[in-house]
Amino acid sequence: MSTQVFYFVATLSIIFSLMVIFAKNPIHSVLYLILTFFTFTVHYVLLNAQFLAVVNFIVYMGAIMVLFLFVLMLLNLNKETEPVKSPLIKIVGVIAGCCLIVTLVGSFKAASINSPLILKNQGLGLVENLGKELFGPFLLPFELSSLLLLAAMVGAVLLSKRDEVEA
Amino acid sequence: MENLTTQMAGVPLNHYIYLCAIIFTIGVIGVLTRRNAIVIFMSVELMLNAVNLLLTAFSVHSNDPSGQVFVFFIMALAAAEVAVGLAIIVMVYRNTKSIDINVLNRLKW
Repeated sequence: MSTQVFYFVATLSIIFSLMVIFAKNPIHSVLYLILTFFTFTVHYVLLNAQFLAVVNFIVYMGAIMVLFLFVLMLLNLNKETEPVKSPLIKIVGVIAGCCLIVTLVGSFKAASINSPLILKNQGLGLVENLGKELFGPFLLPFELSSLLLLAAMVGAVLLSKRDEVEA
Repeated sequence: MENLTTQMAGVPLNHYIYLCAIIFTIGVIGVLTRRNAIVIFMSVELMLNAVNLLLTAFSVHSNDPSGQVFVFFIMALAAAEVAVGLAIIVMVYRNTKSIDINVLNRLKW
């Protein structure tokens, strides 16, 4: 029964991600993207990766999407200012994407990995297990990522600040 | 919760691979067909998320927590990338009054 939950949620994520790229209004795109990320959170819960589910919920649906919505509303964009590509480019883009998916699916079929996904260790994705991993072998990358976030913060402030001297 | 996840054992790994390939391709199509810089950014986020889900699926498959730690790092990287990228987009909008990426075609030379 619950394998059907996976297929249902997978269908929803494909539909919502299609809506993201085909919605005319950028605000609608962001809202569909939030729904897509919500379906991804459900996927993480189904894989019993509970830590990642919570982090995905907070970081993507909370922080990143608020940032996107905030910038969209700051720039005051709507359907009228939306730039459109010529239909030719669109068709060529879709054909290129279809070629990509055919290639990917074909190569995965050749590899034929169809063993069922079995969760051997129930505590695999829990905070306890991941914390031991994160503060053990991955301590240096963890500390470096704090440096990355600091650099990104400084960079974002510096980029979006008005240049008072030249103006 | 445990009841649910033990029942999940039936989904084959390659169905996860197909799902992630499809969503990644949707992201690629979005980058190729849209001209709004923010929508292109969102397509990039879609691609990152497809890879995240696949890493998690493989981590569960091979019973190795390193994959989920990688996903955590990718999320931190995505947050940094979005902050800097949106700052650049705001600056482009301030200078050109548009976020059409074709305005930036002078960057090609």
